[in-house]
Amino acid sequence: MIVDRADFPLLANHPELHYLDSAATSQKPRAVLDALLDYYRCDNANPHRGAYTLSARATERYHDARARVARFIGVRDMDRVIFTRGTTESLNLVATAWGYANVTAGDEIVITGMEHHANFVPWQQLARSVGAKLRICGLTADGRIDLDQFQALVGPNTNVAAFGHVSNALGTINPIAELSAIARRVGALVVCDGAQAAPHLPLDIDHLDVDFYAFSGHKMLGPMGCGVLVGKREILEQMPPYQTGGDMIEYVADERSTWNVLPHKFEAGTPNVGDAVGLAAACEYLDGIGMAKVREHERTLTASASERLSAIPGVRVYGPPAADRSGVVSFTVDGIHPHDLATILDEGQVCVRAGHHCAQPLMRRLDIPATARASFYIYNTEADVDALIRGVERAREVFG
Amino acid sequence: MSSEALYQELILEHNRKPRNFREIENADRTIEGRNPLCGDQLTLWVKMDGDRIADAAFKGQGCAISKASASLMTTAVKGKTRAEAEALFDRFHKLVMGQLPESEQASLGSLRALGGVSKFPLRVKCASLAWHALHSALENDEREVSTEREGPEPPPLEGA
Repeated sequence: MIVDRADFPLLANHPELHYLDSAATSQKPRAVLDALLDYYRCDNANPHRGAYTLSARATERYHDARARVARFIGVRDMDRVIFTRGTTESLNLVATAWGYANVTAGDEIVITGMEHHANFVPWQQLARSVGAKLRICGLTADGRIDLDQFQALVGPNTNVAAFGHVSNALGTINPIAELSAIARRVGALVVCDGAQAAPHLPLDIDHLDVDFYAFSGHKMLGPMGCGVLVGKREILEQMPPYQTGGDMIEYVADERSTWNVLPHKFEAGTPNVGDAVGLAAACEYLDGIGMAKVREHERTLTASASERLSAIPGVRVYGPPAADRSGVVSFTVDGIHPHDLATILDEGQVCVRAGHHCAQPLMRRLDIPATARASFYIYNTEADVDALIRGVERAREVFG
Repeated sequence: MSSEALYQELILEHNRKPRNFREIENADRTIEGRNPLCGDQLTLWVKMDGDRIADAAFKGQGCAISKASASLMTTAVKGKTRAEAEALFDRFHKLVMGQLPESEQASLGSLRALGGVSKFPLRVKCASLAWHALHSALENDEREVSTEREGPEPPPLEGA
């Protein structure tokens, strides 16, 4: 065990719970809840208004939170770390603000068949609006991006390539350096959905060759409602804003306005300081463990769960071998629909996700309507795997 | 809540061997039903004889609850008039919502086996999908039925 379950109030309050749905959202350590409460108790004011000391303190807390998050993800220039509501908003920001200014009829946008809807639908809608072509890269039989096909799809008309770092439905860790290198050859914008990577893998974004990297705070111990978009400074500076209004402006004349500097240009309205402070506390907590240890812990549990599940007759585990996946085990049991399986597992207080995992294009490509997905995080142990296995055995008895 | 209340033997049996799991070639109505949240999908075929349901059959994929419900429904409505089938849907809907008094449950026959759904609110949609498709078929509304289109729970039948 790499963390104390007692550090997580929800888990402490439900000692019998086997929470295996951290790919959907993680539980929160006390340190994060305390940081949130502490901000609202001691320092809450509208930041960037500066007329009084309390507001200056709120501004400082927000600034410090950004600096802490930037350090966690390996970004030196913290002005290119934009707080958003989460991955979905981050990706919509890019597809909308950059997309409408730069993608035109005849252009091609390359995505992959394993994207979460958040990295699929914004591009699909952009392509439909401007008359661009959406090209979707196929997958290999074991649930990886087909690199040969990706290479073939990326051509002279490609001006965006968007792909996930880690698949939310299968856990596949994608070779993003290779993917971005292919996209770079034609000068395409490279967008990476890191929602399932930032919580689980050591990250060094300054050394990733991507133009945009998006992730959510709530999947990495932070509060819901706060996520991040990291962008290349020169691109962010040239782009039009996403939303307009308070905080993001410099001068507002009757006929026109000018924009504030980064990162504020992309943070219209009162910022979500409290949740940003919570996310910074989450980064602190994760760094305290060490992301290499986090990864190792998850790899062990994922390998064990995959092996033990595969040993049960009728169970099929999807995706590449466990070593090439994050803490996700997506599986089906012959003759038992994943929803029925989830209901039986719930009886043993095992929480898994069942369904299409917001990745319907992927499920079509795998030719299965749904899977059950168990996903692990730092607070899970082999005892959770035991409970999962017991639940699957029990379901097989019920439906046998 | 124990899952035994949900997965009664009759449900499991209809899941394993669904009745009327076939196409009707010369059907009067064909309706697609979907539960987008879980990916359940079924096609319902209905053959009418005047005002009476001469035959009803389905195919598709879904959980045990949705499959057993479609199987039990197609069996139960055969030979019923439109009004009788709609009245049955009304009682069935009340059953799975936990709103049908014990004294009225006997009239539902085998459909009673789905009464356990009322203790699993997340599964009400699974049990109702086939019935919503039937309702559309009887209304001669050929649009695809979705459990999500009209809000969290589709409204009950008018005048029911």
